[in-house]
Amino acid sequence: MMLAENVVELTITSQLEFIDLVTTLTDNISGMIGFDEDASYWVNMAVRESVANAVEHGNKYDPQKSVDIRYTVGPDELKVTVRDYGEGFDPSDLPDPLDPQNLLNPAGRGILYMRTFMDSVEWQRHPEGGMLVSMSKRRTPPKQNDEGERTHDAVGN
Amino acid sequence: MQLEIRERAVGDVAILDLTGKITIGEGSVQLRDSVGSLLDAGRNRIILNLGGVTYVDSSGIGELVSRFTTTKNTGGRLKLLNLPKKIKDLLMITKLLTVFEIYEDESTALESFQ
Repeated sequence: MMLAENVVELTITSQLEFIDLVTTLTDNISGMIGFDEDASYWVNMAVRESVANAVEHGNKYDPQKSVDIRYTVGPDELKVTVRDYGEGFDPSDLPDPLDPQNLLNPAGRGILYMRTFMDSVEWQRHPEGGMLVSMSKRRTPPKQNDEGERTHDAVGN
Repeated sequence: MQLEIRERAVGDVAILDLTGKITIGEGSVQLRDSVGSLLDAGRNRIILNLGGVTYVDSSGIGELVSRFTTTKNTGGRLKLLNLPKKIKDLLMITKLLTVFEIYEDESTALESFQ
């Protein structure tokens, strides 16, 4: 039996005030798909960091540029993509926040947190401009029913 | 308001009791301004009581680092009190646990200034 994916999309303008709106939606989706309190907290933080980066470093607070957030709830994982419309960057060019000489830098930890709290994080330049961040977090293993089919408790059934 | 900051003094040590979120924007700016006001008044023995803080993002962690450095540069000390577990996790991930002086009870934190 094929399990359908459920998609939720949200677009915000480049204002920090909207980040709480995004993280509230993130919490709701995490709750719907059965993430425990810890997993929800850290997914919330990874999405927050990604959206904050998109607003601040990607779109540079340009009110004409949006940030697009897309949640895809699949049977095995939650995928979240965050797209901005800025100039883009290469994550490998960023200084390592764990390098002793960078420990006291006030910035540069957001990407480390995203990589730590999600199972996968990838950055790519969108073919039509801007950066696209794709993150995923595995869901807990599905239960087996009597017929050997996989079932889930929440969204993604 | 994202972050509520209440100031009190024990001797010449200033204690800021923080409640809420230290995140990009308002929360981080409030923390910067509060510590800045203390330093402007020549009060550079500071304890940040984070017991009521529910959330800190990378901007908030950066602000803690900045205030720590700024206070140290004036010859003072900024110490952390009552770290919630998740904030401790964030500091551990970024190797900052050993940078800050961290205390679990106020009297010990105060004595450390003697």
